[in-house]
Amino acid sequence: MSERSSVGVGGTQMVSKLSLLAEATQQEIDHWVAKFPPGRQRSASLAALRAAQEQNQGYLTADLMDAVAEYLKLPPVQVYEVARFYSMFETHPCGRHHVSICTNISCMLNGGEELLTHAQRKLGIRANQSTPDGRIFLKEEQECLAACTGAPMMMVDHVFHEHLTPEKLDAILDELK
Amino acid sequence: MSDLESKYADKMNLLVFEPLKLERSWTLATYRSIGGYDVWERLLREKPERGTIIDQVKASGLRGRGGAGFPTGTKWSFMPRNSPVQKYLVCNSDESEPGTCHDRDILRYNPHAVIEGLAIAGYATNSTVAYNYIRGEFLGEPVPRFEAALAEAYAAGLLGKNVQGSGIDFDLHTFVGAGAYICGEETGLLESLEGKPGKPRNKPPFPANFGVFGAPTTVNNTLSFASVPTILRKGPAWFVGLGPPNSAGTMIYSVSGHVAKPRNIELPLGIPFADLLALCGGVRGGRKLKAVIPGGVSVPVVPGETMLKTNMDYDSVKAAGSALGTGAAIVMDESTCMVRVLERVSRFYMMESCGQCTPCREGTGWMNRMLKRVLAGQSSRTELGLLLDVANHIEGHTICAFGDASAWPVQSFLKHYRHEFEYMIDHGGRSLVTDGLGAQAA
Repeated sequence: MSERSSVGVGGTQMVSKLSLLAEATQQEIDHWVAKFPPGRQRSASLAALRAAQEQNQGYLTADLMDAVAEYLKLPPVQVYEVARFYSMFETHPCGRHHVSICTNISCMLNGGEELLTHAQRKLGIRANQSTPDGRIFLKEEQECLAACTGAPMMMVDHVFHEHLTPEKLDAILDELK
Repeated sequence: MSDLESKYADKMNLLVFEPLKLERSWTLATYRSIGGYDVWERLLREKPERGTIIDQVKASGLRGRGGAGFPTGTKWSFMPRNSPVQKYLVCNSDESEPGTCHDRDILRYNPHAVIEGLAIAGYATNSTVAYNYIRGEFLGEPVPRFEAALAEAYAAGLLGKNVQGSGIDFDLHTFVGAGAYICGEETGLLESLEGKPGKPRNKPPFPANFGVFGAPTTVNNTLSFASVPTILRKGPAWFVGLGPPNSAGTMIYSVSGHVAKPRNIELPLGIPFADLLALCGGVRGGRKLKAVIPGGVSVPVVPGETMLKTNMDYDSVKAAGSALGTGAAIVMDESTCMVRVLERVSRFYMMESCGQCTPCREGTGWMNRMLKRVLAGQSSRTELGLLLDVANHIEGHTICAFGDASAWPVQSFLKHYRHEFEYMIDHGGRSLVTDGLGAQAA
């Protein structure tokens, strides 16, 4: 995937944004592209966006999405629509640590909604907002994360925390740097 | 050990959870110690006619564990296995049906069973490339566990090109999703695997003819694939004998909600729900059972007294007016306000609708907003009829089963608990449950 193109869709000249992708991000994308048959690099778009988002401390910018499209030789719209469809991609600036508190049925029956309320009060923000110091992004009320026997639970970045209480939640959030 | 635990002691963890009693159950060495990869190596050595493997899976009566319960062997037989084109297998580890959490434990504690199951299915259907589609939220623990197991299997020469000099190729790749319930629908999953939004496809053509990259593809659930090695090792007859007619074998039940000891527990199909509940410590706090959603949130709710007389198999749960689905039992006690629960469930469908079919995209939002009006004390009894009307107009009018799944909770909650909705409407948003409990306390 090293060939660099500066020609946009429809043949218009545009500035290459490839340099926005860190070396590690490009290597990660290459790793995923190799899993698919030749010409099927579009399959790597989810992984590529994930890598780009990670590189940028938790959210995607339009330029980064363009860079991913350019790297995968896809029309940018195909990358935008993926970024908008999946809940793990953020297309607006947000806090570094993504906190998702599950309020779906098994967690709701075990106090998940009260836990979310508690977290909102503690952090002084509502769901789908970030703390002013950029430390925590409280994701919108979360759907089932498949840890129902550990309800109530939450996911912090990619780590699951189960059998939560308000005290446990406080301790976990306080430790986030 | 209680009497009940003794009764089920030799029926527990017979299949996919078999290695869980051992140290580091997820490693290759542990898996091999219980006969893991024996079947795969025998296939590589003896190369039996591929159809005979499919026949054995058919004879075992294994049904898809992802929710629909379609016979696995029959599904495999749809693959054009003698056609020279590239064929694919896809494992659906996009576990996200609310209440269901056993695939996560399979990936964490017995990933090699999934790998061997896929390899065997690859041989049976003559597919040389497979993907395991794992939900994005599993990046922390299940994905690394599965990847580590995959690396072990490759290093041990169990996967790859010309495996053990057999002339048979089998490559398996991990794919990681990015958060979308609809990707658990098999054609939505295939779209996602192609790097697109996971919007389900019209069928036909079915995946066996036109799947990922337009090639013949079989998609099965994690538990289905993971069940195959032991079934072939111990024989289809053994598996059939574990469960009642039409419901061969075992299920990993995810029991959650208002139970004392929520857990994943692998037991034969057909056991009484009452026993399953008791094995999970019974209803929390000694309270009375009110209702159960027996197969993940997408199946109809069943009143507790009916569930206590029902066995956990496909036919019995169907006779109780619901479906076994994913075998995830969500237990609700007498303190549960059914209006609140249904409002939350309806919100899930509104958030997760992929949006391509109008009845579902619009209808799921309407249902949620109407239920919010009930909770806010702004609804009327005639609106309940309208709510049911919306549900009925979604059911059967969408590309995939998501539309039906969004309608069934509304229909079943109103069928069994309409009086709670009416009470709330008549009393300005107050819950019959809270009012009733308050009266009792007083």
